Amino acid sequence: MPQSAEKVLDHAPLFREPEYTDMLARKKTEFECMPADAKVQEISDWTKSWEYREKNLARNALVVNPAKACQPLGAVFAAAGFEKTMSFVHGSQGCVAYYRSHLSRHFKEPSSAVSSSMTEDAAVFGGLNNMIDGLANTYSLYQPKMIAVSTTCMAEVIGDDLHSFIENSRKKNSIPEDFSVPFAHTPAFVGSHVDGYDNMMKGILESFWKGKTRAPGAQINIIPGFDGFVVGNNRELKRILELMGVDYKILSDAADQYDTPADGEFRMYDGGTRIEDIEPALNAKATISLQQWCTRKTLDYCQESGQDTASFHYPLGVGATDELLMKISELSGKEIPAEIEKERGRLIDAMADSQAHLHGKKYAIYGDPDFVYAMARFVMETGGEPTHCLATNGTAKWDEQMKELLASSPFGAKAQVWAGKDLWHLRSLLATEPTDFIIGSSYAKYLERDLGIPLIRLTFPIFDRHHHHRFPVWGYQGGLRVLTTLLDKVFDVLDRETINPGVTDFSYDLTR
Amino acid sequence: MSLDYKNDGARMEELITEVLTAYPEKFSKRRKKHLNVAKGTEEMGDEGRPLTECDVKSNIKSVPGVMTIRGCAYAGSKGVVWGPIKDMVHISHGPVGCGQYSWSQRRNYYIGKTGIDTFVTMQFTSDFQERDIVFGGDKKLEKVIDEINGLFPLARGISIQSECPIGLIGDDIEAVSKKKAKESGKTIVPVRCEGFRGVSQSLGHHLANDAVRDWVFDNKGAATQTDLSGFVASPYDVNVIGDYNIGGDAWASRILLEEIGLRVVGNWSGDATLAEIERAPKAKLNLIHCYRSMNYICRHMEEKYGVAWMEYNFFGPSQIEASLRKIAKHFGPAIEEKAETVIAKYKPLVDAVKAKYAPRLTGKKVMLYVGGLRPRHVITAYEDLGMEIVGTGYEFAHGDDYQRTGHYVKEGTLIYDDVTGYELEKFIEKIRPDLVGSGIKEKYPVQKMGIPFRQMHSWDYSGPYHGYDGFAIFARDMDLAINNPVWGLMKAPWKKSEPAPTLAAAE
Repeated sequence: MPQSAEKVLDHAPLFREPEYTDMLARKKTEFECMPADAKVQEISDWTKSWEYREKNLARNALVVNPAKACQPLGAVFAAAGFEKTMSFVHGSQGCVAYYRSHLSRHFKEPSSAVSSSMTEDAAVFGGLNNMIDGLANTYSLYQPKMIAVSTTCMAEVIGDDLHSFIENSRKKNSIPEDFSVPFAHTPAFVGSHVDGYDNMMKGILESFWKGKTRAPGAQINIIPGFDGFVVGNNRELKRILELMGVDYKILSDAADQYDTPADGEFRMYDGGTRIEDIEPALNAKATISLQQWCTRKTLDYCQESGQDTASFHYPLGVGATDELLMKISELSGKEIPAEIEKERGRLIDAMADSQAHLHGKKYAIYGDPDFVYAMARFVMETGGEPTHCLATNGTAKWDEQMKELLASSPFGAKAQVWAGKDLWHLRSLLATEPTDFIIGSSYAKYLERDLGIPLIRLTFPIFDRHHHHRFPVWGYQGGLRVLTTLLDKVFDVLDRETINPGVTDFSYDLTR
Repeated sequence: MSLDYKNDGARMEELITEVLTAYPEKFSKRRKKHLNVAKGTEEMGDEGRPLTECDVKSNIKSVPGVMTIRGCAYAGSKGVVWGPIKDMVHISHGPVGCGQYSWSQRRNYYIGKTGIDTFVTMQFTSDFQERDIVFGGDKKLEKVIDEINGLFPLARGISIQSECPIGLIGDDIEAVSKKKAKESGKTIVPVRCEGFRGVSQSLGHHLANDAVRDWVFDNKGAATQTDLSGFVASPYDVNVIGDYNIGGDAWASRILLEEIGLRVVGNWSGDATLAEIERAPKAKLNLIHCYRSMNYICRHMEEKYGVAWMEYNFFGPSQIEASLRKIAKHFGPAIEEKAETVIAKYKPLVDAVKAKYAPRLTGKKVMLYVGGLRPRHVITAYEDLGMEIVGTGYEFAHGDDYQRTGHYVKEGTLIYDDVTGYELEKFIEKIRPDLVGSGIKEKYPVQKMGIPFRQMHSWDYSGPYHGYDGFAIFARDMDLAINNPVWGLMKAPWKKSEPAPTLAAAE
């Protein structure tokens, strides 16, 4: 009997005890009818071949292990960045359970959103009544300052008209006449969560700006984009902007919403862009997007509204931070303070200290388009080579952007860009052209297992490591943290490979 | 151990009245039918009689806009029933999200080379685009199936898990399945589990059960099945039905069933192969753990193949013991004798676990809100440790589940069906139990309130909780949740008005 009260064995050691391994071996031989081990090995080897790679890359219908989610997730995230705002997703209810779970698993935080719970009758007759009833309930129970409506694919397929439904709900007194209910159609079968973010942001701005006259001022609006590191990043961003003395507003700031304290009280809402700050944001001199691929429509709208616009690709690393700061300085007329310049110097100092350990390291990088761009750029700044750059939600235009970036540095000469590919493609790519490291999300732990390539978790979603998102990766301080993360993995791998006493431990060095 | 306690029913009634005031009137009335307090029955305690009546409305549509915790039919079919069958590829057919959010989240443990001969922790999707909605997705589905067969040759079959758009755009996935099964010789199973069907996960379970009946047992696709001609039946063949092997639950159960002399020829559906599904009608008895999600197929197997079925409960020693005896009785004296030996063998472990943990847990009050069977099945396991259940409820139960719940809960227990985020938060705030057992969406709000929490869907990344081996882990987990020092740190000392609760020191 393997289990004991003295030392309670968890599943991992418990099922390695002979009682269980024998039992499972019997199950396999007697009842499972699984293929022979030799056959499994043969197929396993084949899946790592060039032949398989070609076959795998040729598929054009099946998607396996994609690194993207659907639009409403981005919409829920964008809405979470506004003060006391409840996301109301119109359509089937299971979707909302999924978005909430997905966000909670990453942030280790509550994630509140409601559904209009449409069922078969609503599929036939439309979801108007679900909207009318739903808004009334959400308003009474959760007392939001704003309800942000997005859609599941069910509501999109049957063609529910959000604008008229919401106006109808007002007439039926579900919500007060002047209560803010911005909305966005967020079909799951178009684009990905980054587009859902874009649509919701545009929907919110439109609902406050439409028909208003702009009185240009000095403020700079900043839209961060969909970001699993929002907690650390937005706080770092605010620190920098305050040091510079810039007149700014962040549009959608979910940093506090996804980082509420444990002090005996559950805060359904915390922080966020104040509702009264949304309308005056129309008067801003400029709107800056920190992630171009999350804000294509929104920035067009800002431009049409008369603002200057600029967009970046996730300000991670030296050059990316330099550019952002210079742009903000240019737009605001504020100098970049000496203190920040010193921080830059410290990051460069750290990179110089460690350059020998990162120079020439090869990486596979995947994630959202802007993240991959930023990460590849920073890796090149450290002398590393971004061998495979993959974004499942990357477009042909992103592919071009990436190639331009990679052509700008000798460290990008051998890089390959994979727009629209998934992590099963990446498996083939890495099996045939391996790298030293993978940079991505938790999903790549299966690639780490199958191919033995260490994974560095630096982008959403991170389910199996805790609290990384609470620390920034943006700015020079963030760069320092990313640098340290890369180095920790390099050194851990080196130690693991040299830890064998009397065999490899001559390289198990105390000082590195 | 049969704990004797009662909850304060009058206070619970007050709480119900209080939370209902927050709703607009129409919905206050609707929600009222889902909330109740367990009433004592006249024959309380008699053999086989329920202890209480848990009379609530259930299995009806959720109220829009209230933050229901429920999922959908797709979650019930792909996430629960089909997803764990390890040597099949399960296509999330439609847009990318459903498959993405449910990818690797249910901890259905299995043995296999993932991506080669098993596929559970992978996300296969047809990733619908606008053109698929406009022109229909059947052609794409055919291509998806061909590509799976080309790239994953050891997959024994494919299931097609419909997402919302499939049923709305009029695709004929059944025709595609038949065509492709014929061409490839593999089992292909279409499931009409679109998320808008039904009112919760529950219809998805039912549809998934029906798909097993039609497309595996009755072989509508007419593909060549696993050759079972070499199978030699024994009088002690059983299937375990409705154990999804969360954190290894089914393994911790199987070991006991084998020890009492039974042969588990199929486990549905945790760590299952298609062969285990196909072979099931040849067994002598179906042992059903999660009644809610798989009673349909048990009834069918009884009717069509004459396989009897029996419910059992492997949470906590009291129920394990009773279940082992009940199961053994079905097979006669030889097995009954072995069952007694097994019970005796594990007695020292049970006693040691209780001796270690019960003093740290006795009298602690627990609120539960989970899915299929757990809102009732785990109750006795808590009571075995001296803990008391003050409230329980189900996401997607039917009337027969609440009827069964009466056999478990004590008088005065708060009962909530399809509870809303608002209600659950208020109930917890007012009752302030010592532990809440629910899901990921509930975990963080509850913990911020300063109340210990365990996820009771995923076992909070622990488990198994089934069987004797699992009971030790269960007890350890409840102890570490409740007796962690963090709960005493919530209030800043300069704000502290009352002393922190006394905690048992960690051992």
